[in-house]
Formats: sequence, structure tokens, C-alpha cells
Amino acid sequence: MSAQIIGGYFSSHVPGIGGAIARGDQSQPYWKPFFDGYPPVRQWLAQARPDVAIVFYNDHGLNFFLDAMPTFAVGAAADYPNEDEGWGLPVYKTFQGDPALSWHIIEELVGSGFDVTMCQKMKVDHALSIPFELAYPDVAAWPVKIVPIAINTVQYPLPSPQRCYDLGRAVHRALQSWQDDTRVVVIGSGGLSHQLDGSRAGFINADYDRFCLDHLANEPEALLRHSTEEVAAIAGTQGVEIVNWIAARGALGQGPQAEVTRNYHIPISNTAAATLVLAPA
Amino acid sequence: MTNPESMALRRGIAGTLLFDGELASRGFELNAMCFSFNDQANRAAFLADEEGYCRRYNLTAEQRDAVARRDVLGMIEAGGNVYYLAKLAGIFGLNVQDLGALQTGMSVAEFKQYLLDQGTAAGCAPERHSEGLAA
Repeated sequence: MSAQIIGGYFSSHVPGIGGAIARGDQSQPYWKPFFDGYPPVRQWLAQARPDVAIVFYNDHGLNFFLDAMPTFAVGAAADYPNEDEGWGLPVYKTFQGDPALSWHIIEELVGSGFDVTMCQKMKVDHALSIPFELAYPDVAAWPVKIVPIAINTVQYPLPSPQRCYDLGRAVHRALQSWQDDTRVVVIGSGGLSHQLDGSRAGFINADYDRFCLDHLANEPEALLRHSTEEVAAIAGTQGVEIVNWIAARGALGQGPQAEVTRNYHIPISNTAAATLVLAPA
Repeated sequence: MTNPESMALRRGIAGTLLFDGELASRGFELNAMCFSFNDQANRAAFLADEEGYCRRYNLTAEQRDAVARRDVLGMIEAGGNVYYLAKLAGIFGLNVQDLGALQTGMSVAEFKQYLLDQGTAAGCAPERHSEGLAA
């Protein structure tokens, strides 16, 4: 038996998106080109009917602080609440976990040499919640359970793109040995190019973003040749969030992927925003 | 080990400081204070007594001065990380475009236009940007 990986969903998670949803600004001229990317995601999810989402994301100082910063942290909780993050976003709905699957993934990861932090209590921030708000607007309760996997993108040294890809590949192996045919969607949250800090704030690199969007599906190795510092130079300090996409691509496995939908728009807040769905070809 | 070329980028990207151990050590108190602002009661306490609140978190003189002057680049130089500083900015009603303007020396309108222009250059539906400054 093995879990069924139905595909991968990749999305930016800019906090301002949450503000736009709260205000009902989806059709405003500034926001429409971004939100127009999501009806195809919703249609695909409605057909693909995932039971569980494995979510690679980065925490922005809700659950983790610099007193103890894990490089890779895997949730193994029955539920994952959101809370006040300090910048005026609504508090998002609590997610249900799948502890048995979480522990199975943790066993495979540690067995593969990824000595992850295991979290039985874990708050999840907007970086996890906003892709779901975009994919499942107006639901009373989230229709999927989650296994959250947080990657440190805050405090250097950050894990390399290659290491994050390999982490994803280990998650893929865990899914292949899962006890039933649970339908799994893999999610990569964040990016694309942007920089919030320093006198280079506002930096965006559309060429690099398109390179990532063009190669992630069937030539992901092309994204692995840079160090994380090099990605920061090329894509901005917060552009390193692409490692969440790279890890998620690893979790899809090595088979060819077909692009179901893609959207790319500059700017959303300070960010080049992107939406992508890949499914096994 | 991280290779030497990548290590050099930690301080080698123009207008950028990558937040590594040196900066994280220097900025711990400031970032700890900002982390506390996840709690509404703490945000209110800061607004009620900024000086006392900063003292409670043992900010260094450099950090306290940068906060008092609302000097974002100064806070970063003093070890602040933008993920946490954004929570402080929120108390002042500043979003990331406001922070961008403060750090680049542009007006907020100029900074927003800078972002919009990058979209136009990349072919992102420029005709839809007419109301872009609203966001």
C-alpha cells in the first residue's frame, strides 16, 4: 500500500493577501491579477479530493523564536491553531492533524539522516494558513488534515536548496510506504522573489522567478545549484522561501510532472507572487 | 562548511545584511521584544510606556536609540530581523511598503511605484495598475 500523491500546489503567502481577503478586495484592480490565479487551483482540488496536505512553509515568529530555532521542524499534533501574529491579520481556523502519518514521516526522515525537531504542540502562522484561505475560501472547516513541515528561512546558516530537496525526497519515500491509500497533496508556501529589509528593499527578480517556474516541474535539479546565500543575492532576502517549493517538489517524487495551472504577478505588497499546480504526468 | 564564496555573500550583497549568528547575537534583546508583540496586551504596554518596555527587554543603547528614532536600518544594523521588526512596525501602523520607503529613502508613493514599475517591466498586466497605489 502507499499514499496516493495527487500533486503539488505552490503559492505565495504574503500577509497582505490575508488583509485583502478580510476586506473583500479580490476584485480590486490591484489584487485581481493575483486572485485570478486561484479558481483553477480550486477546480483541481475539487477533482483531486486530497485527504491530507503535507505543507512546507516557514514560520515568521509565531511558533518559533531565536531562543531555539529548528532547521527542520515536523508537526505531530492532533491540531494546529493559528494565533495573533501582531500585525492585524484575522486569526485563521485551526487545522486538524494526522499524528500517525506525521510520526511515520518523522521515522523515515530521521532514519534517512534528517534529525528533525518533533512538535506535538505547534502554532501555524499565515504562511501556512493563507494558501488554504486562497484554495478553500468560505469553508466552515478545512477539508483536509495537515502535516506541517517548517523550514528555517530566518537565521543563517539556512539549509541549502539541495538539502531541502533531499528532505522532500525522504518525505516522498515515507508516503510510498504509508499504510493506506490516503490522498495527499504536497504544498510549498512562500516566495517568489522579494526583499523586505535593507536599503535594497523592494528588490524583485522576474527572470529568476520565471526560471524557477519553468524548471521546477521537470528539471528541479536546475534550482539546486545555488547556495542559499546565492539565492538571497539573486531573489532577495525573503526570496529564499523558494526552498519550501523545492522541498515540496522533492516530495512529489522523481516522475515527470504536468503543469495544471500557473500564475505570476508583480507586485503583491513587496513581492513577486506566484501560483502553480503540478500533477503527475 | 558553507563555501567561502557564500560566506562572503553574508555581508557582500549591496544594501543587505544576511541574518547570521553575529547579527542574531547582537540583536537578541530587540528581537525578543518584538516577538512579545504577538500578544495584544504587550503591544498596549509598549504604547503606554515605550521607555519602560524597552528597559524591561534590556535593549542595548544602540537598539533603544534606533527604536526611538524609528530608524529601521539602524534596527537592522543593531541585529533586528525583519520578520520580528514587522511586529513592531505594526504597532506604529506601518506596513512593509512603509518600511521599504523608510529604508530606501523614497516616499511611500515612490516605493509603491518602484514595485509597480518592476511589474510593468516584467509584462504583468500594467493596465490593471491604475489603482495600484491604493494597496
